[in-house]
Amino acid sequence: MSAQLLQVLFAGLTAGAIYALVALGFSIIYNSSQVINFAQGEFVMIGGMATVSFLHLGLPLPLAALAAVAATTLVALALDKLAVERARGASVVTLIIITIGASILLRGLASLVWDKNIHALPAFNGDKPIAVGGATLLPQSLWVLGVSLAVLAALWWFFNRTLYGKAMLATSHNRLAAQLAGISVRRVLLVSFGLSGALGALAGILVAPITFTAWDVGVMLGLKGFAAAILGGLGSGPGAVLGGLLLGLAEALAAGYVSSAYKDVIAFVIILAVLVLMPGGLLGRRAAERV
Amino acid sequence: MNLRSSIAVLGRLVAIAALAFAAHAQAQKEPIKIGAFVSATGPAAFLGDPERKTLELYVEKINAGGGVLGRRLKLISYDSAGDAEKARTFVKRLIEEDKVDAIVGGSTTGETMAVIPLVEQAQIPFISLAGAVVVVEPVKKWVFKTPATDRMACEKIFQDMNARKISKIGLITGSGAFDKSMRAQCMQVAPKYGIDIVGDETYGAQDTDMTAQLTKLRQNAQVQAVLNCGFGAGPAIVTKNFRQIGMSVPLYQSHGVASKEFIKLAGDAANGVRLPAAALLIAETLPFNDPQKHVVLDYQHAYEARYHQDVSTFGGHAYDGLMLIVQAMKNAGTTDDAKVREALEHIHGFVGIDGEFNFSPTDHMGLNLAAFRMLEIQNGNWTLVK
Repeated sequence: MSAQLLQVLFAGLTAGAIYALVALGFSIIYNSSQVINFAQGEFVMIGGMATVSFLHLGLPLPLAALAAVAATTLVALALDKLAVERARGASVVTLIIITIGASILLRGLASLVWDKNIHALPAFNGDKPIAVGGATLLPQSLWVLGVSLAVLAALWWFFNRTLYGKAMLATSHNRLAAQLAGISVRRVLLVSFGLSGALGALAGILVAPITFTAWDVGVMLGLKGFAAAILGGLGSGPGAVLGGLLLGLAEALAAGYVSSAYKDVIAFVIILAVLVLMPGGLLGRRAAERV
Repeated sequence: MNLRSSIAVLGRLVAIAALAFAAHAQAQKEPIKIGAFVSATGPAAFLGDPERKTLELYVEKINAGGGVLGRRLKLISYDSAGDAEKARTFVKRLIEEDKVDAIVGGSTTGETMAVIPLVEQAQIPFISLAGAVVVVEPVKKWVFKTPATDRMACEKIFQDMNARKISKIGLITGSGAFDKSMRAQCMQVAPKYGIDIVGDETYGAQDTDMTAQLTKLRQNAQVQAVLNCGFGAGPAIVTKNFRQIGMSVPLYQSHGVASKEFIKLAGDAANGVRLPAAALLIAETLPFNDPQKHVVLDYQHAYEARYHQDVSTFGGHAYDGLMLIVQAMKNAGTTDDAKVREALEHIHGFVGIDGEFNFSPTDHMGLNLAAFRMLEIQNGNWTLVK
């Protein structure tokens, strides 16, 4: 394998792992409510920015990261309690619009609470690239990839092996039936928001040393994460990771071998093609919904 | 934060009180009205915010020092929020309702271009704070500008490349307006300096990894140096990726990232990067015989003491805009629009933040390449390239 190809693949994997982490957050909330939470990107931003400010307060990095995850989870819970839950009778589309509003609000608040500058986090294991076959990879990329896979495993365990996870899955399949079986749908929604808030924050912290963080990074990361989730199949954990990696690789290969000006176009054309052939996404549920 | 803002409020109150006294002293005379429209909020707030703060600070300072032509200055400032449509509305209001004597503003090129027909028609001196060449080319009778252009940045970089015997370069450009405009200008002036652009890559505004594009440039054996036309976080990521994949050719960045923030973001990777920058950035390291030394240092101290923020070159554009108008009014001895414009056009050797201004009927920007200093980042700090 030529060094150039290897380097391009590394670039794709790095970006892809970032998209995958964001996509996982979309999947959790979608699973329990069929809602696409467009504030997911903002969770990512809050995670990164909060870590930066906790670091400034003098906390060591692991503690700052933990505090940031906790803070973001609180924001996510508040979003559910104050906005989504209050509109619980409303249609899914209305709920989605609420999350769009929330994302704009959170972005605005972030630019006031913090500032409009771009901030960097130190890499967890230094900036010294690891050389592999003529190409190089940053240790931080391995962190992102590793954590994505760990999170994927943890989520699989949670959704398939714990009662609470199963209850959440049940709610996503049939809300009414789940309610009749004694599952508190309200609580399930709350937990799923908390979980995806924590996950978003984790993603934000892991990627900040590579991509930097600022009040508005959530927009593009959210969009790419959403595209990855759709590509892999909304609601599917492995699908989110697969979708993220494919999107990242497609972009990198397009930039490295075709034209960097059209790399986003190529990535999105691939997504469109996949969706035309497989409307549920690569690993989505096969059953078509009938209205 | 709270303490700081209450101190700021207190400071403002004191300033207002001082103003009130000053006003009392010159109560008999009508103030000179300076109209301003800047993007104090919105996507271009990083431009407009320091611009507005600078204008407020220096209008106060000028008034405290007795005003201009024995009259007080009155700043009428609107926030056009980066919106060309709003800019038009506000400039209309400045001209028709506020009846201002001169206008400073237009943080972005879009806002500036939108209001040019209005000021040309109303025949009011207007100093734009926007970067692009189109503002003053072709020359518009009533329009001047203070920031140096992208083209000059390109020329400065190419001059340095010539000195280092570099003739074949790779470009990597972001997708923002600044990035694209600079790329176009660089392409245009490259032949003049014998520079051949052998690689041309781009990246998106929020891209997280540019190693794919840079690898392509690395594989191109002709590339002797890489120039990144970019703004925001992109150039810092490019710089980190550039070091990550072990590229050894010189890396040039644009004046768009000439801030401490860039060094902070790119970290050690920034060492060895060269870029053109305004004198303000290296105020402290400028040699004492530099004509701009005291001007930029005074501005830096005044701004930082008042707002507890780092100065930016954008605020410097506003300083120059205001001071040039004041100078022109003093030279003309009147606020008559036509005479002030005439005086502006004849300003010669005016040392400001952006450089030394020498306006002429054919040059309404007035700066030359000396406005930019070629810097190299060494050990996380700026050093002047001799």
